[in-house]
Amino acid sequence: MNITTLVFILLSVMSVGSAIMMISSKSPVHSVLWLIVVFFAISGHYILLNAQFLAIVNIIVYAGAIMVLFLFVVMLMNLNAETEPIKNYRLQLVGIISGGALLLVIVSAVMKIDTEQLVEMKVGDAGLIKVLGMNLFKNYILPFEISSVLFLSAMIGAVVIGKKDDEVVNKPEN
Amino acid sequence: MMLLSIDLGLVIEKLVLIVVVISASLVIAMYTTFAERKVAAILQDRRGPNRAGPFGLLQPLADGLKLFFKEEIIPAFSSKFLFIMGPALAMLTAMMTSAVIPWGDKVELFGRHISLQITDVNVGVLYVFGVVSLGVYGIMIGSWASNNKFSLLGGLRAASQIISYELAMGISMIALLMVTGTLSLKEMVVQQQVGHWNIINQPLGFLIFLVCAFAECNRTPFDLPEAENELIGGYHTEYSSMKLGFYLFAEYINMFISSVIMATLFFGGYDMPFVNESLLSPNVAALIGVAALMAKVSCFIFLFMWVRWTIPRFRYDQLMHLGWRILIPLALFNMLLTGGVILYFHK
Repeated sequence: MNITTLVFILLSVMSVGSAIMMISSKSPVHSVLWLIVVFFAISGHYILLNAQFLAIVNIIVYAGAIMVLFLFVVMLMNLNAETEPIKNYRLQLVGIISGGALLLVIVSAVMKIDTEQLVEMKVGDAGLIKVLGMNLFKNYILPFEISSVLFLSAMIGAVVIGKKDDEVVNKPEN
Repeated sequence: MMLLSIDLGLVIEKLVLIVVVISASLVIAMYTTFAERKVAAILQDRRGPNRAGPFGLLQPLADGLKLFFKEEIIPAFSSKFLFIMGPALAMLTAMMTSAVIPWGDKVELFGRHISLQITDVNVGVLYVFGVVSLGVYGIMIGSWASNNKFSLLGGLRAASQIISYELAMGISMIALLMVTGTLSLKEMVVQQQVGHWNIINQPLGFLIFLVCAFAECNRTPFDLPEAENELIGGYHTEYSSMKLGFYLFAEYINMFISSVIMATLFFGGYDMPFVNESLLSPNVAALIGVAALMAKVSCFIFLFMWVRWTIPRFRYDQLMHLGWRILIPLALFNMLLTGGVILYFHK
């Protein structure tokens, strides 16, 4: 057992454990905090795969921005276990079926894993910033541009939804 | 075992470096609190602290002792674990950035070449951004765990302020990265040693970065999260004793670290102007480098204080207006301009 395997096992335990804690904790704020721990563990996995850029971007975007907004909303609405809406059985059934289907897919994928080599070592440089940039802007320029148009339209949509009614906008400011 | 195949000297070297950097930043932060009171006194035509020790130099120690001896109060109905984690996280994220900063050039000691940088990761600038974006968690968690409306308001203000100003900061950084073409802080300093400082290429970018750094550090005129005349004490209303001290201390460490980052990115880092370091012996050159960096940092810290005691606090809508309607378009314009200039001269 070398140090990479050891780190891999530690990170895996951390990510799976905190994911379970995220689902099972009663308070939404605690759930959000556990989810942040999951993102950190996944970033650790990226670093093991020699993808430092992905790891850091994962931290900046997910842990640093999206989860801050999640936490913001959860704190603002002051959600508690008591104010949680009552879940009906039909929704629970739907959850069990879809979760079970996902479990089936994951288990069938796990069955095929080569147990001889649990941790992949020195898997190349696909996640390094130079290689990633060259790939994105040379080989995959069209999908990249299409997705940026998608982002732009999503941004405009958010602005339109967030805009107040006309009367409020037309009021003189200050 | 591969565990034992790591060079032991390297481990010791890095450990010593970490201890030195962390204790140095703590001591500097301690004396920055003293400097802040002295600068405030000078600007307000007072004497400032002058009783503890010669020229009041022992004042930070007295402050620290006072904080340790204060009664520690943990409010009822708050989450105790998160209440303690808040200030600890604030301190941790404040210290973490120092890992990628090049404090000086190589030193020769005991026949080893020791780089005065804890680690030179190839995504150094992004690492700094990652840690800065995590900095808000200490404030948010602490404010929520306090179970107090004023604290919560302070925490929410901190979250929206830091997220808003991070955008403009990031875009102004992109323009700088386009000029330097590297994400490693060490390489940026080496480039500036050979060529000229980045401030000459990116004056507008630096200005945007400076304003955003003030906002990220929660310094006046952007200290709305703790606006004491509206929110009592903001996010640390319920904190007492050394946990309050941690929050206050984290602010000063943030100020120190962001001064170092600004000096490194735009003002040549440990580069001493008009001196050719390669002609000197490496140890002397490294010493001069560290001294030059510290001199630049002191100027920035003085600027932080000067602004604090000069410009009054912004209103919340003014803060958001400045961030979203002025700084972000300005940063976008700066990025476009930089891209255009690079394209024009390199074709």
